[in-house]
Amino acid sequence: MSRPMVTYKPSDEVDFVIIGSGAAGGVLAKELSTNGFRVVVLEQGEYLREKDFTHDETKVFLQSQLTNKVNVHPVTFRKTPQDAAKKQQAVLYGSCVGGSSVHFTANFWRFHEIDFKEHSKTGDIPGANFADWPITYSDLEPYYTKVEWEIGVSGLAGSSPFDPPRSKPYPMPPLPVKGNGVVFERGCRKLGYHPFPAPMAILSQPRAGRAACMNCGFCLGFGCEVGAKSSSLSSVIPMAEKTGRCEIRPNCYVHRIETDKNGRAIGAVYFDAQRNTHLQKAKAVILSANGAETPRLLLLSASNQFPGGLANSSGYVGKNLMPNSNALAFGVFDEPLNDYKGPAVSRIMHDFYELDPKLGLYGGGGLDARFDFTPVSFALNGLPSDAPKWGAGFKQVLAHNFPRTLEIFCHGTSLPAESNSFSLDPDVKDAWGLPALRMTFRDHPNDLKMMEWMKDRALEILDAAGAKTKWNAPIQEQQFAVHLLGTCRMGNDPKTSVINADHRTHDVKNLFLCDGSSLVTSGRGQPTMTIQALAYRAADRITTLAKRGEISA
Amino acid sequence: MNSFDSARRDFLQLLGGTASAAWLTANWPALVSAAEHAHQAAKSDHPALEVFTADQAREVEALAACIIPTTDTPGAREAGVVYFIDRALKTFFSETLPVYQKGLEAVQKTTAELFPGVPRFSAATEEQKLKIFTHITGESERPEGATRRLAPGDSPDFFQTLRVHTIFGFLVDPEGGGNRDYAGWKAIGRDPSHSFSPPFGFYDKDYPGWQPVPGETEKK
Repeated sequence: MSRPMVTYKPSDEVDFVIIGSGAAGGVLAKELSTNGFRVVVLEQGEYLREKDFTHDETKVFLQSQLTNKVNVHPVTFRKTPQDAAKKQQAVLYGSCVGGSSVHFTANFWRFHEIDFKEHSKTGDIPGANFADWPITYSDLEPYYTKVEWEIGVSGLAGSSPFDPPRSKPYPMPPLPVKGNGVVFERGCRKLGYHPFPAPMAILSQPRAGRAACMNCGFCLGFGCEVGAKSSSLSSVIPMAEKTGRCEIRPNCYVHRIETDKNGRAIGAVYFDAQRNTHLQKAKAVILSANGAETPRLLLLSASNQFPGGLANSSGYVGKNLMPNSNALAFGVFDEPLNDYKGPAVSRIMHDFYELDPKLGLYGGGGLDARFDFTPVSFALNGLPSDAPKWGAGFKQVLAHNFPRTLEIFCHGTSLPAESNSFSLDPDVKDAWGLPALRMTFRDHPNDLKMMEWMKDRALEILDAAGAKTKWNAPIQEQQFAVHLLGTCRMGNDPKTSVINADHRTHDVKNLFLCDGSSLVTSGRGQPTMTIQALAYRAADRITTLAKRGEISA
Repeated sequence: MNSFDSARRDFLQLLGGTASAAWLTANWPALVSAAEHAHQAAKSDHPALEVFTADQAREVEALAACIIPTTDTPGAREAGVVYFIDRALKTFFSETLPVYQKGLEAVQKTTAELFPGVPRFSAATEEQKLKIFTHITGESERPEGATRRLAPGDSPDFFQTLRVHTIFGFLVDPEGGGNRDYAGWKAIGRDPSHSFSPPFGFYDKDYPGWQPVPGETEKK
């Protein structure tokens, strides 16, 4: 693997310091360094390589090898601002070079036109803080295409009648269909729906020196040991390092953005692995730390000049958290599907992307057929609740169901609500003595109602597909988030948004935010593609501003 | 969220009664070493026990074999589960050691009460073991009016703890120190190969390739 070809001293004032090396940070690092800028990326987690990845569930499940470690970065949770928050692992995000793109499922759906202007179409919804984006699908389309071709996305253009317009086909064909895809397609078609090959950020063919997927099956939750999953680690970060202008610096816990007396950002303050403090100086700062840590960092950067937190004159930093709603149904089939082989998903459907208003539901969703269990997690959580828990009966149902089970996962909209938020816990501290991340969240009733509806459709599809037995997970209020969206939303009005359409904060001219926090709506459940398209677009906008002298001036 | 995360969350919650997620993550370097030791032990013909005495190991092995018995396919015994647990109790699951100590005492007591003359659980007949184990899990059919009270010293966590540990030891990737010779994977029909080519199963064998719905190519 490549090694950093350039290193900077913290006292070197580079052009950009980027906090976070995940889906957005990786793209920004590659684009800005390619455009001639000197870039330092500060990553909280380790710099793991493909050789470090393993199929060992004890490492990944128990050790949080790739994800946030709550023993040192505790998280607290409460449902409403009136409740007392309690320590709970309420948030899961990637903590290694490449961020969550290392362990994600790699479902890569574009947002549709409706996602950018749904408020105009629907109007206000009680209990929701709903807004349109300041950009449209057509503004983002060239960047979606760029993601597909640069990162590497497999798919079949034109296979969904619900897809938005696109300027180019996918760069490579879809991944092989799985048993779950075949029976899902069968069930959907019987009911008049339109299933299609899932667009996935996993290589179906060798590309750019990377191997194609070997269908090992340890995909969701795990790092890809052959680099076929199109994480930032495997795709854009090597390109950034190759420019000779970008340093990826791991094990750096950034806890403050420093500003000068003119209210301009001068760099990022971080603890290194030995807990020494450094200030990495930069002409401009970009936060791509994810929808939880970006707002936390802004709130931690409060000062006399910015008493409510940096870039928070709107009071919107951390607000409007949207984790996406979801529902899950299981089916067991007569013959072996063997869905433990290959990536989790091979077929999806978007017939419910925009629900008929007559249903009385706002928003919509997409369904996929998947199998994302390891053998251990299947034995613990993949059997119906009435299955035996031990003995020959347990072993028998385990052996029968493991190769024959699939899941239909319903992904849907989350409505933004101001009280759903990330903030600083006033009592709980992290291992460095800084306030812990506090999550406040309660699903909007519409979202729960929609998931009940969606779950019923999933059960109908399982019937039509010929499932021998089927059941669903109960729909309940969520207390655990991995899609961390909307918490520093983009908008034209500085009173109701944190960044403008260029990802520049309304309050600090040389401070930019780009990650899940930038999203104004939650789409239908698969945000990473849009986060990366925004990052490519942001890099273009930031480059233009920098070249015009509008950032450092 | 996705079901992996929900599985992970459920898993962490399941462990909540015995070892917190925070505690687990705090001890993860120890866990690595445990896995390595267990891997070595699982490969060895005469693995050394580090926590259990030989007597305790015999009882734990017999109990784990009740959760995943040897049938026409390998069970917990053949997968070397007891060695995975032994190393786990030395390191990342050491907090649960008292659960085992109390649990084993309770099993001994129940065995003596139900079958006087049987010296220990592992010495019971298969039929007796089932009765004792059913009692331990609290799932036994009780006569009308009988309470579901656990015997004194009976830990309600023991069965859950043992079950989670047994499942881990049976099905974890062998790199994690259990699942000796892929015994667990073989028992559940998981091909131990590291990579696969399609077709994967029954239903995708004759799949003709994706086709649009006839007469429905218009954009919706």
